[in-house]
Amino acid sequence: MPKTLFEKVWDAHTVRQLANGQTQLIVGTHLIHEVTSPQAFGMMRDLGLKVAMPHRTFATVDHIVPTDQVAEPYADPLADAMIKELRKSCQEFGITFFDRSTGKQGIVHIVGPEQGITQPGTTIACGDSHTSTHGAFGAIAFGIGTTQIRDVLATQTMALGRLKVRRIEVNGKLRPGVYAKDVILHIIAMLGVNGGTGFAYEYAGEVFDRFSMEERMTVCNMSIEGGARAGYVNPDETTFAYLKGRPYSPKGADWDAAVAGWKAVASDPGCTYDDIVNIDAASIAPTVTWGINPGQGLPITGSIPDPAKAGTDDERSSIEEALAYMKLKPGAPIKGTKIDVAFLGSCTNGRLSDFQEVAKFLKGRKVAPGIKAIAVPGSQAVGLICAELGIDKVFLDAGFEWRNAGCSMCLAMNPDKLVGDQLCASSSNRNFKGRQGSPTGRTILMSPIMVAAAAITGSVADAREVFGVSLN
Amino acid sequence: MALDKITRVAGRAVHVPGNDIDTDRIIPARFMKCVTFDGLGAYLFYDMRKNADGSEKPHPLNDPRFKGATVLLSGMNFGCGSSREHAPQALQKYGIRAVIAEGFAEIFYGNSTTLGMPCVTASRADIEQIAAAVAADPSVEVAIDLVNQKVSFGGKSVPCSLKDSARDALVNGRWDPIGELLEGAGQAAKIASHLRYMSA
Repeated sequence: MPKTLFEKVWDAHTVRQLANGQTQLIVGTHLIHEVTSPQAFGMMRDLGLKVAMPHRTFATVDHIVPTDQVAEPYADPLADAMIKELRKSCQEFGITFFDRSTGKQGIVHIVGPEQGITQPGTTIACGDSHTSTHGAFGAIAFGIGTTQIRDVLATQTMALGRLKVRRIEVNGKLRPGVYAKDVILHIIAMLGVNGGTGFAYEYAGEVFDRFSMEERMTVCNMSIEGGARAGYVNPDETTFAYLKGRPYSPKGADWDAAVAGWKAVASDPGCTYDDIVNIDAASIAPTVTWGINPGQGLPITGSIPDPAKAGTDDERSSIEEALAYMKLKPGAPIKGTKIDVAFLGSCTNGRLSDFQEVAKFLKGRKVAPGIKAIAVPGSQAVGLICAELGIDKVFLDAGFEWRNAGCSMCLAMNPDKLVGDQLCASSSNRNFKGRQGSPTGRTILMSPIMVAAAAITGSVADAREVFGVSLN
Repeated sequence: MALDKITRVAGRAVHVPGNDIDTDRIIPARFMKCVTFDGLGAYLFYDMRKNADGSEKPHPLNDPRFKGATVLLSGMNFGCGSSREHAPQALQKYGIRAVIAEGFAEIFYGNSTTLGMPCVTASRADIEQIAAAVAADPSVEVAIDLVNQKVSFGGKSVPCSLKDSARDALVNGRWDPIGELLEGAGQAAKIASHLRYMSA
């Protein structure tokens, strides 16, 4: 019987059915960070529990780290307490910690793949909803809560109900200037922010076949913004080439055996899906958000929705609420909306290729006067390679601030925050009210190249026009 | 560790209307700089309830008529976004014992169930009926019967539902799965030993 990758991985990791009907599922790889784990370690201590498989949990620090300060103690005593707490817990329980001193620190969803820890056919959990990122490798990866972190620490398993699988096929060719970020913003706008509830998304089709691993990660990363707890791409030669030679990748004969296993885990031809969605790649435009959730997106050439033209009462009230918060005019073009801040980074778009691609167009240009533009590599390794390639200099010359690795302004648990009702052109993943640190701060989500175009022009812009049409 | 069998949650209710209320709104990230969950109740819906100077905005949770409510009513896709357990923890620490909404985001739903805080879904019309009754008389008792999946209030009753696995876990007092998971840990280790990537 042909099976999906999801079914194969789920079955291979199933321990048993629990009394309430959920599955006790083995979590092969557990990633932790400083924000959602301390309470879990506290619960472990309270219950007198030991970590079942310390070698299968990996820690790093990302959410609270200042990106403009390396030396400890941090200026924020609460942040300083959190990094010290994680360091202490990792020592106490024997967990590998990619601390800043190791040179391997970064956003947890960038570090896992970079180190070769993220592998096809595995189950991965992390106390962070963007854990879906790791699905790019053909892993089944879930964001979990803190009590579940305790469960995974104590048993290397968790209780979970099986998901349905929706295959999202994007075929054809993306138009010039359209990137992976546009693909996922388009999918979320199309299927809705809760369209994926109860599903894992399997991304497939010619566009995903051609995508690099980093592009696949950008898409899988935002599965949760569409309500899907997990999203994945079937592993292929692109996946194997990325993993070859990474620190935690299998070596020698183990490598060959692993690749054979990884090939076998891909969804079988003729397997059954609970739902299939087809998208024509050519229909996807550079996409930006206009509202207060990632599903409120439109093509850069589009106009801000008018509540008077809404089809339903629900739609009208959601447009009204969003526009009141965003201070945007109904019916006006989104293009030309003045921005205050440009943020390039995050687990969605803080990888080498993101900075490389932007640097190609940024050379010789300047950030518009009065715009605060910050570029934040997703990991120390990304920062290092950017420095070797001179990419950091391109950003600095253009007037961007070039920072140290961390989550930075994606969620503003660190000093990088919007002030007042500043509007930010952001390569991150959430435009929720207050998300970027100011209770009245405003976010427009877009691809890295569009962030660069906004930084240069001082307003939401069509990168194809700013940089010339033949972008790719 | 014997857990309470949660078959019924009853109390006064408060309606926080809206769809897609995300966990950043339920508990803003800056209040997550903590190593315990204690004290999170004070920051529930903080930026919705307070101005920058700390003064109160009009919000159902600031309305003295709804003080002490233990049942929260809301719209579609409640708890979307971040997986932060800080969100259900903040609700629970504030005093909320159950949420009735048109729908829930999945991670929030699971996190809440594991804390013994039932999340039940009801139709918009029925939630509006409950909200209207509560608005008319904030002292009305809203009682969620998890066994029979119905909500009673002011002499009326409407259907509600929850996932079978959540209902089973709550009514049978096994909503925190750690005991069961530990029982299966030996078997898990055996299976894991056959998974190549998990070997030490």
